[in-house]
Amino acid sequence: MVLPNFEYMVPKTIGEACNLLLELGKGAKVFAGATDIIPPMRDKAFTVDYLIDLKHIPGMKYIEYDETEGLKIGALTTLREIETSPLVKEKNPAVAHAAKVVASTQIRAKGTMAGNLCNASPSADTPPILLAQNAKVLVQGPNKDRYIMMDDFFVGFKKTALEPGEIVTGFVIPPLKEGESAAYIKHAVRKAMDLAIIGVAVKLTMDGDVCKDARIALGAVAPTTMRARNAEKALIGKKLTDDVIVEASLAARDECSPISDIRASAEYRRDMIRVFTKRAIKQALEG
Amino acid sequence: MSKRVLSFTLNGDPTEVIVKDNMTLLDLLRDKLGLTGTKKGCEQGECGACTVMLDGKPVNSCCTLAVECEGREVVTIEGIAKGGKLHPIQRQFIEKWALQCGYCTPGMIMSAKALLDVNPHPTELEIREAIEGNLCRCTGYAKIVEAIQAAAAEMNWEEGKA
Repeated sequence: MVLPNFEYMVPKTIGEACNLLLELGKGAKVFAGATDIIPPMRDKAFTVDYLIDLKHIPGMKYIEYDETEGLKIGALTTLREIETSPLVKEKNPAVAHAAKVVASTQIRAKGTMAGNLCNASPSADTPPILLAQNAKVLVQGPNKDRYIMMDDFFVGFKKTALEPGEIVTGFVIPPLKEGESAAYIKHAVRKAMDLAIIGVAVKLTMDGDVCKDARIALGAVAPTTMRARNAEKALIGKKLTDDVIVEASLAARDECSPISDIRASAEYRRDMIRVFTKRAIKQALEG
Repeated sequence: MSKRVLSFTLNGDPTEVIVKDNMTLLDLLRDKLGLTGTKKGCEQGECGACTVMLDGKPVNSCCTLAVECEGREVVTIEGIAKGGKLHPIQRQFIEKWALQCGYCTPGMIMSAKALLDVNPHPTELEIREAIEGNLCRCTGYAKIVEAIQAAAAEMNWEEGKA
């Protein structure tokens, strides 16, 4: 089936891209991988007048690590590059894992984490692990650059905090220090090419067997990826015994607000949040 | 309707062709260039029948705009046999009976080639991961995995001789 008509544009600098996006307004969309753009356009789920390809902008494809700031990933880095990067696997294996469980090898060869994030689908796999680790999202606008903390990035179903003309240029994920660990578990029917029924990401900061801090992010159980704050509170300041972990998983179950759809019922999603919160905490504890 | 001249390398040959902005790589290959070995399946990036190699990486050509390929290198199933001789992966798919209806086969072979080009000694798990985005509704994958293993062995043997 033929795609609706649009004009393809290839800015050579990020400034040019921001200005185009601002000037062309609602009829324009930026893209990198195109894998989340072409299928819905073909289904006529949305149309655009202009598609702005970011792939020719230099300096946005990188994976770096810095002891103070942590892992830095450019917006044009593909999910496949993240998943297979020895640096990501060493410094933040949960991020490599979250990238790996997205769709298929072919989709990940083109798709980016920035696209996965900006699409703002509640069932996306990489936002939970970025939210659990409170990553910084680097943003360039027509007049200035800034960053948005993951806690503030999603403002509603498929809506982000990006202002008109703003484009995500990269991510900074804080380093996992002594006593810190993270995990992401996706629950889906198939191992590949399937959306998450639910997803749970956890970051723990331990002092011996006492939990000093915890961040838990849930996917596919609310209009946006969400923090399970009550579950976090159930862990913080406590020894993480089985009873405490169960209490946290029950809190996560009670604070999420899933819907029923083709992939699962709301009731099932709720109960799986209980099961997978427990598993993700244990997995993070095992490092 | 916007059109432009696209210059890219197709199966090793420099190629120039006029394309519309909204044309996918899949439609360019099949409808404009007559390369119908690349199959059209779901057109949603789900089935992998349209897999080709873009700069050495396996991609869904249904989820790639033709204009995205400017200056890049595309390899399709038509481009992997050399000197009238089938590629070892093609030959082993026949040897091991790794196809029935054949519709998924070009995509499977391109995913396998993208794997073996960078990983000549893959484990069975790596092979299964490489074809995770390729659906087969006939054979059930066992023969396909065997064919890719046999092709890897054959390619390593050929390399050893050379």
